[in-house]
Amino acid sequence: MAYLFFGYFAGIIAISSMLVVALRNPVYSALSLLVMFFHVAGLYITLHAEFLAAVQLIVYAGAILVLYLFVVMILNVKEDDRYHSQWRIAAFICVPLLIESIVLLSGGSRATTSGNRLLQTEPHGMVVPDNTLAIGQTLFSTYLFPFEVASLVLLVAMIGAIVIAKRDIGGSET
Amino acid sequence: MMTFSPADLFLILPELLIVTAACIILVLDPVLRASDKDGLVWLSLGTLAVCMGLTASQMNTSAAIFSGLVVIDAYGAFWKLLFYFVTGLTILLSHPYLKEERLYFGEYYGFVLLALSGMMVMVSSVDLLTLYLGTELMSLSLYVMVGLKRSEPRSLEASAKYFVLGAFSSGILLYGISLLYGATGSTRLPEIAAAISGRNLDDPLLLFATILLAVGFGFKLAVVPFHMWTPDVYQGAPTSVTAFMAVAAKAASFGAFLRVFIEGLGGLKANWSAMFLVLCLATLILGNILALVQTNVKRMLAYSSIAHAGYALIGVVATGHIGNSSGIASVLLYLSLYAFMTFGAFAIVAMLRKGGIEGEDIDDFTGLAKRHPVAALLMLIFMVSLAGIPPTAGFIGKLYVFMSAVEAGLPWLAAVALIFAVISAYYYLRLVMVMYMREPSDLSSTSPRMVMSPALSIVLACAVAGVVIFGIYPNPLVNFAMQAVSALK
Repeated sequence: MAYLFFGYFAGIIAISSMLVVALRNPVYSALSLLVMFFHVAGLYITLHAEFLAAVQLIVYAGAILVLYLFVVMILNVKEDDRYHSQWRIAAFICVPLLIESIVLLSGGSRATTSGNRLLQTEPHGMVVPDNTLAIGQTLFSTYLFPFEVASLVLLVAMIGAIVIAKRDIGGSET
Repeated sequence: MMTFSPADLFLILPELLIVTAACIILVLDPVLRASDKDGLVWLSLGTLAVCMGLTASQMNTSAAIFSGLVVIDAYGAFWKLLFYFVTGLTILLSHPYLKEERLYFGEYYGFVLLALSGMMVMVSSVDLLTLYLGTELMSLSLYVMVGLKRSEPRSLEASAKYFVLGAFSSGILLYGISLLYGATGSTRLPEIAAAISGRNLDDPLLLFATILLAVGFGFKLAVVPFHMWTPDVYQGAPTSVTAFMAVAAKAASFGAFLRVFIEGLGGLKANWSAMFLVLCLATLILGNILALVQTNVKRMLAYSSIAHAGYALIGVVATGHIGNSSGIASVLLYLSLYAFMTFGAFAIVAMLRKGGIEGEDIDDFTGLAKRHPVAALLMLIFMVSLAGIPPTAGFIGKLYVFMSAVEAGLPWLAAVALIFAVISAYYYLRLVMVMYMREPSDLSSTSPRMVMSPALSIVLACAVAGVVIFGIYPNPLVNFAMQAVSALK
């Protein structure tokens, strides 16, 4: 049953993310990105990460994608401008790499126990009854340092955006 | 549950001070009058001096803090001291440079300090997620700094290009981290190393993760074939920022890269050393050949910095082959010596002005020896050092790197690198030839001239002192690098 859900979500994620780059109309691309975000959230739920699923929907689907759509509509991107003739070269390089990686990974998972190791960690996640509480506690104790660094990253991004967008810089001052 | 103790905060005091100073600068900048803004420069320099003392006192500590995500050790201290030094030089160079370019704003110094804090996190974290966040903190600050010359489309183009490729490479790095987490069940380097030691080395998942990490770091280090962004970005960015990127950002990427591949993936040496051998050869060949045909000094120095990353990679390959730490020590030594000469060269390019803009074409250096004998002499010293001719620092750096290759049983690699060092002498010495052998074409008011200032003199004096002193007497730096490497597990 779990594999069935995983197969469904993974399949739709792969197809819709391919559509994001393949569709000609940028608005359709953005909408298939939305479909992808929803299915990623579904994938999180099958992993018992309900909080992450909710955040995924609120932040990505709710906020970021709406922003994308605004930008796409305001800029009025021409359909043809988005494509270059380089895709043939890219396909020529990527298809052999893809086949190679599939062969490697399918051959390897039988030889080693990496698949089993991943499954073993799953029950561990279910022991915690309330994963929002668990995330909060880990974030502010074990991962306090990276959490603070992340806040600095956001500070830099915010001030950077303001500096880049500021109308006139210096210039007249002496 | 693990929590932190106040003692942890004391150990990361340098990071805290740098961030605090950056925030104070960002807050004070709008309220200060333009004439008072020099105070921000002094504030940054003062903070750097205090941090330098604090970090130097941590040389002999070895402590894992914040539940083992961050370590304070000699290895981190080595890089941090180098970053403080380069950042101090950058701030000193920026002060007159920004004035010439008519870019007045205090945010610039804030961003320099925030980028510095990102670099410090990169070299002291033993957790891949923390390391990634440090990388992002550095990169985001640099994206903004590259695009500061907004009157010039080239600068904006460089910023956009750097941002897109940087984001792409961060994605690859993160993908590698996630696969490594999947394969080993941890993002902490000691636990990853423990998990790898019990595994089959040909595990495709581990190989995949290693390759993706190498590609992600390859972009940050600007090694061929992941170097495409470097010439455009280095040329388009304000020159003070270019110098900062070419020296400090590259050193930080090397610092993080070495820690990940030695401490975390040390068990996979046999796999990654062959991969880096290919990257190293490609970088040496393409970097040096492409530098030959450049007519713009900034672009030439960009290709030269690519080639120098190739020389540094020789030490990494050597360590992968025999597994002693002298290869890594030679990388640390190489990058710290490279810092002096590259920074000095960029400082001269920045302050050679042609009318309102930078004289960055090779033609602008024509007959510089006649007009500015001191500047020409300094440029001569930096070029000779970059080419690796004794008795300069560049020679010492190359000597130790080549020696580590020979020790590792790769004399042919040292020979190939030596051939390309000779080829590189052509483009470095061409600039010297132009400065000394050719007559200046006209002495009109538009001909390039050096804008000297006390701050620039200090920068040039520090750079040339480093090149000459460590070229003659490198022992203190060599011992320091050895001590730093012995802290790596």
